Amino acid sequence: MTYSYPDLQGHFGQFGGVYMAETLIPAVEELRDQYLRFRDDPEFKAEFEYELKHYVGRPSPIYHAKRLSDDLGGAQIYLKREDLNHTGAHKINNAIGQALLAKRMGKKRVIAETGAGMHGVATATVAARFGMECIVYMGAEDIQRQAPNVFRMKLLGATVVPVESGSRTLKDACNEAIRDWVTNVETTFYIFGTAAGPHPYPMMVRDFQCVIGNEARVQMPEMIGRQPDAVIACVGGGSNAIGLFHPYIEVPDVQIIGVEAGGHGIASGQHAAPLTANSKVGVLHGNKVYLIQDENGQIIETHSISAGLDYPGVGPEHCLLKDIGRAQYVAINDDEALAAFDALCRFEGIIPALESSHALAHAMKIAPSMAKDKVLLVNLSGRGDKDMNTVANLKGITL
Amino acid sequence: MSRIDTTFEKLKQQNRKALIPFITAGDPAQAFTVPLMHGLVQAGADVLELGVPFSDPMADGPTIQRASERALKNGMSLRGVLDLVAEFRKQDATTPVVLMGYGNPIEAMGWEAFAQRCAEVGVDGALTVDFPPEESHEAFEHLQAHGIAPIFLLAPTTKEARIEQVAKLARGYVYYVSLKGVTGAGNLDLSAIEEKLPQLRRHIKLPIGVGFGIRDAATAKAVAKLCDGVVVGSRIVQEIEDSTEQNVVANVGRLVQELRVAIDNEKE
Ligand SMILES: Cc1ncc(COP(=O)(O)O)c(C=O)c1O
Repeated sequence: MTYSYPDLQGHFGQFGGVYMAETLIPAVEELRDQYLRFRDDPEFKAEFEYELKHYVGRPSPIYHAKRLSDDLGGAQIYLKREDLNHTGAHKINNAIGQALLAKRMGKKRVIAETGAGMHGVATATVAARFGMECIVYMGAEDIQRQAPNVFRMKLLGATVVPVESGSRTLKDACNEAIRDWVTNVETTFYIFGTAAGPHPYPMMVRDFQCVIGNEARVQMPEMIGRQPDAVIACVGGGSNAIGLFHPYIEVPDVQIIGVEAGGHGIASGQHAAPLTANSKVGVLHGNKVYLIQDENGQIIETHSISAGLDYPGVGPEHCLLKDIGRAQYVAINDDEALAAFDALCRFEGIIPALESSHALAHAMKIAPSMAKDKVLLVNLSGRGDKDMNTVANLKGITL
Repeated sequence: MSRIDTTFEKLKQQNRKALIPFITAGDPAQAFTVPLMHGLVQAGADVLELGVPFSDPMADGPTIQRASERALKNGMSLRGVLDLVAEFRKQDATTPVVLMGYGNPIEAMGWEAFAQRCAEVGVDGALTVDFPPEESHEAFEHLQAHGIAPIFLLAPTTKEARIEQVAKLARGYVYYVSLKGVTGAGNLDLSAIEEKLPQLRRHIKLPIGVGFGIRDAATAKAVAKLCDGVVVGSRIVQEIEDSTEQNVVANVGRLVQELRVAIDNEKE
C-alpha cells in the first residue's frame, strides 16, 4: 500500500480542496508555493528542529500510566506527553512551523482563531518570540470558559478579539479570522490552528504535527520493543490526531482510533462528532469535509464541554481515513471525558486537558476487555490548567 | 438569448449602465421578499441579486451577516428562496434574478436538483462566493445543462492567468469585487478599480459589474462610469434593517431611485 495524499490541488480523495472567496485565492496559492519551496529546505528544517528542541522542549516523553492500567486490569495505557510542551499543548509545534514560514514570507502581522485558547496562546507565544503583531479571534462563549488562556494571550502581547456572531465558538472565530485575512491579505499571515481549511493548511499543519508520531515510532520500540497495538487521539479539527496517526498509516497491525466529542450523546443531537454521527459531506472554511448540518445545508450549533473539540467539521484527511477504513472514529460523551479527567489526576498525578481526556476515556473504555500485554498509545495533547474553571463549575464549585 | 444577456444588450443600445441591487431573501421576513423585488424593479433595478442566507457568511460584513441571521430565524432555506422566485415570476417575466450565496446549501440540495429547480422557477444565474472555478466543475455542468449562468467574482488580487480562466467559464456577467475586504466595508478605491478594469477587459467580453463598498449615489455614479453595472448590497440591506414593516418597501424604493438617477447621469 502506498498512501500519498493530498494531490497537487489539496484533495484527499473527494475531500479537502480550496473553497475560498476569490480575494483570498492568490493568498492561499502563494502560501502553498512558499510552503512547498521551504518544506524540504535544509535551513528551514534545521531551524524548525532547533526551535522544537530548545524552545518547545522536544522530544516529549512517553509515559506508562501503570497505576491507571493496573486499576483497569487490561491493556497497558501509554501517554505521549504533548502536555509537557512549552505552552502546554501540541499546538505550539504547528505555530512555530507557520511562524517560521511567515518570517520567510516577510509578514509581520499574524492572526489566528482559537477555541480552547491553546492555539491562541501558541500563536501569541511565537509572535512574541519572533517579534510579530498578533491578533487572536475567539468566540465570546469560549472567552468565558477559557478565561485563564485569554489572560495569557494578553500577557504575551496579543490582542484578543471577542466574536459575538453565530454560536460564539470556534467556527465563528474562524469566520472572523477569514474576514480579517480578506481585508489585510497583503500584510497578514493566517496561522491556522488545525489540520483543516483550504489547501495547503491540512497538509502543512499535518507535516508540522507529524513530529508527534515520528517521535513515538522511535520511542515505543525503545520502551517496549515494539510498536503499540493502537494509537488513540482526540479529534477537533484533527491536528494532534493526524500528527500521531500519519506516521503510523503504513505501519501494519497498528490500529488507529480517533475520538470525537460526543457531548450529551450522539442521539441527543448535541455533540461535535461529524464522523461518528455519519454527517453529510459539505463545504465550510475552505474545505470539503464531513460536516454537522441540517437538511438545508446550514451549519448546526455543536456542543462539547471542551472548547477545542466544539467544531462542526473535521479535517479532510480524517474523512479520507474513515472512508478507506484505515482509521476508526468513535465518540466520547462529556461525562465520560470528565471521569477520565478525574482518573488521570488521581491515579497518575497528571491533569489533562478536557480535549485530551476524550482520547484517554476511550482507551479506558476498551482497555479492560483487552489482554494485559496489549498496548494503547494515547496522545495527551494538552494539560488541563486552562480547564480549572470549567471543571470547577461542573462540580458546583466556585473558584 | 437569456434574460441577463437581453437586459445588458438593451442597456448597451440605450448607452446606460445596469443597476444591480442585492437583498437577502427572507429579510426582514419572507412575506416582504417578493414585494421588495417588485419594488426594486419599479425603482429602476435592471438585475436582482437575491442573497441565499447561510449560517456562516465568511465573506460578508456585519450588515449582511445580520440580514442572514434574521432570514434564517424566519425559516428561510434555499428551497424557500427558489419558491419566492417562482412567486416573483408570476408578475415579472423579464427581470433577471441571480442567486448569491455560499456553496453548502446547494451541496446539500444537490447541484442537479438545484439547477433544475432554478430553470423551473426562472432563476437566471448563480454566484457561490466560496466556490472558485477550480472546485466548480461539477456545479458547472449542471448549471450549464439547465441554462443557468455561473457568475464569477474577480478581485483586486486576481492574477491575469485566472482572469483568463474565468473568462472562459463565466456566463451572464462578471462581478468585480471593488475592494480587499468583506461586503459593506468602506475603503473603496476608485483609482484602483480604474487601473484594474483594462486588464479585465482584455480577457472578459461579458459585461462587468462592480460591487462591494458602494454606499451612496455619488460613488455609484463614479463607478458606473468605469464599468457596465453597479452592484449595491449592504447599503440597501442597511435600509431594510433601519426601516419598519410599514415603510420598508417605500424606503428601499426611494434609495434605489436615487441610485438610478445618479447612474443614468454618469456622463455629466
Ligand atoms: C489540548 C488540545 N487538544 C486537542 C485540541 C483539538 O484540536 P485538534 O483536533 O486540531 O488537535 C485542542 C484545540 O484547542 C487542544 O487545545
